[in-house]
Amino acid sequence: MQGFNTQPVSKSRPGWLIFALMIQIDDLHFGYAEQQILSIPHMEVDEAGHLLILGSSGSGKTTLLHILGGLLSPKQGTVKIGETDLYGLSGTQRDRYRGQNIGLIFQKAHLISALTVMENLLLAQYLSGTAQDKGRAMEVLNELNLGDKHNKKVRRLSQGEQQRVTIARALLNAPRLILADEPTASLDDANAQVVIDMLKAQAKKYRAALIIATHDQRVKDSFELQLNLTH
Amino acid sequence: MNLIKLSWSYIKDKPLNTVLNVLLMSLGIAIILVLILLSTQLDEKLSKDKRGIDLVVGAKGSPLQLILANVYHIDFPTGNIKLNEAKALMRNRLIKSAIPLATGDNYRGFRIVGTNHDYVKLYEAAVAEGELWKNNLEVTIGSKVALRLGLKIGDEFFGAHGMTVSDMEHDEASYRVVGILEAGNSVLDNLILTNIESVWLVHEHEEEDHEHEEGHEEEPELGSAYETGLPVGDEDAEITSMLLQFRSPMGAVQLPRQINSNTNMQAASPAFETQRLFSLLGIGVNMIRSFAYIIIVIAGLSIFISLYNALKDRKYDLAIMRSLGASRGRLFVHVILEGIIITTFGGLLGFVLGHGLMEMLASYYEKSEEVGISGLVFVNQELIVLVLSIGVGIVSALIPALNAYRTDISKVLAQD
Repeated sequence: MQGFNTQPVSKSRPGWLIFALMIQIDDLHFGYAEQQILSIPHMEVDEAGHLLILGSSGSGKTTLLHILGGLLSPKQGTVKIGETDLYGLSGTQRDRYRGQNIGLIFQKAHLISALTVMENLLLAQYLSGTAQDKGRAMEVLNELNLGDKHNKKVRRLSQGEQQRVTIARALLNAPRLILADEPTASLDDANAQVVIDMLKAQAKKYRAALIIATHDQRVKDSFELQLNLTH
Repeated sequence: MNLIKLSWSYIKDKPLNTVLNVLLMSLGIAIILVLILLSTQLDEKLSKDKRGIDLVVGAKGSPLQLILANVYHIDFPTGNIKLNEAKALMRNRLIKSAIPLATGDNYRGFRIVGTNHDYVKLYEAAVAEGELWKNNLEVTIGSKVALRLGLKIGDEFFGAHGMTVSDMEHDEASYRVVGILEAGNSVLDNLILTNIESVWLVHEHEEEDHEHEEGHEEEPELGSAYETGLPVGDEDAEITSMLLQFRSPMGAVQLPRQINSNTNMQAASPAFETQRLFSLLGIGVNMIRSFAYIIIVIAGLSIFISLYNALKDRKYDLAIMRSLGASRGRLFVHVILEGIIITTFGGLLGFVLGHGLMEMLASYYEKSEEVGISGLVFVNQELIVLVLSIGVGIVSALIPALNAYRTDISKVLAQD
């Protein structure tokens, strides 16, 4: 039995909460059979709020992030983004909602290696059901200094460039929520800071909530609000 | 970007695998197509040429040979029958009509057939140029004969003994072309038609060679039965065969037995013999066809294995696509499309290969042109083959697609 309660969030309103409610978790439980992995009675993150989820591997931070992203159904409890009850939607509706409103960034740059940078972005627009707009894709690529790479196959890019493409892809549909899972784990100190700054800047620009799960102590100081999933 | 383009990108990304699968698929499809083309054309051709002929009467021997030699003009004749016996048979009440044939000579590989105008009417052939033969030693030639040999009206030539090109010419009596038939895609296209008496004349010349005086000019002599019926001939006169039409279905029951047991001639039914021929060929055709299906099954298996292995590496891709908003159903379709694209290309390549192969075979074997087989003919059955190739694509991609459908995104993405 590995249960834990989250310290910084509780039913009593913490000071950082502003009025526009963005993400709200109630009575959330996740686990396999007898084994409880995650249990959160209540948690709220407001619009444009930034949250850092800290924890060692196996602490459940990826699980929490996946639940927030609609990738993994919790055993019990609700996840609300704005007015939408994420797990009240059907599977297909949830897939679509995620495509249009949630930008996901992972530790490894999971891009479709058979496609070019531009095609990867167009695919994201296509799969989420938004109109395919090359201009918009170029705009995001330029913001991340990738404009000249748009015709390259992604496997021709460096690791750092690939990670930037995934960020571009996550921002493409102007999401309301950005979820990043260990975005800095495979980067050196300088690049890690660049990526964190970039994520914060972009989240601010799109007025999106940003939630980062990491065990990387280097990024700790960049976030005021932290959730520590320790045993 | 759309699903087809996405699937196509993955196919392009593994060119060697794709080429192998497309080639395998196309090989199987090509073989099946060649078989379909060959059998439909052969069947169509054979049934067209035997239309209106209920029974063939000729010398005793192989019934199949009798049919092949006298209906399709591709085999050697079984021998000759007496004109008198043929005349006696014609008095039978069960016979509606009879067309006599006298074969045995050729001109540069094209058979010279002594007959009457009923033979032309049987195939509803029209005269393109000139007229039908009337006088002895006048000939009307088929369209292909005219085309290949460049014969024109008024040209004269010597027939040669036998059925194939040889040096033994009947150089005493020459035939004169008086007409050319329109192309009718029937056996007449490859024949040189004349009077039965003309055929006799040429052979008599051979025997009476030395009795004739030098420089003797023959006056044109009107044939005795160029329009219909049997010619007037002496005791020893012979013809090769007769093509009979029954007056009633009763003929089919009684005539063959009457002829086979009471006369020195044999009767053979074109319908029965061609069917027998097809069932003999059928064994070979079935074997080749099974072989082709085995190749297609292997192609399907190969596609299945490539997709299955590729999807192991692509589970991250699939999970990412889900995280970008793709539903399970979309990923299923995406993988199925990949199978369909490969097999459709295989099918199309097989289509080109099959027709090309058929055309190559047809131009390689001279006989095939005579029989009228070509690779540039399209039959409805080919659509079934294209449907088949799409079906193979769906079936071979089914299990990989189901795996894609069932991808547990969270699990895959957590395996970082």
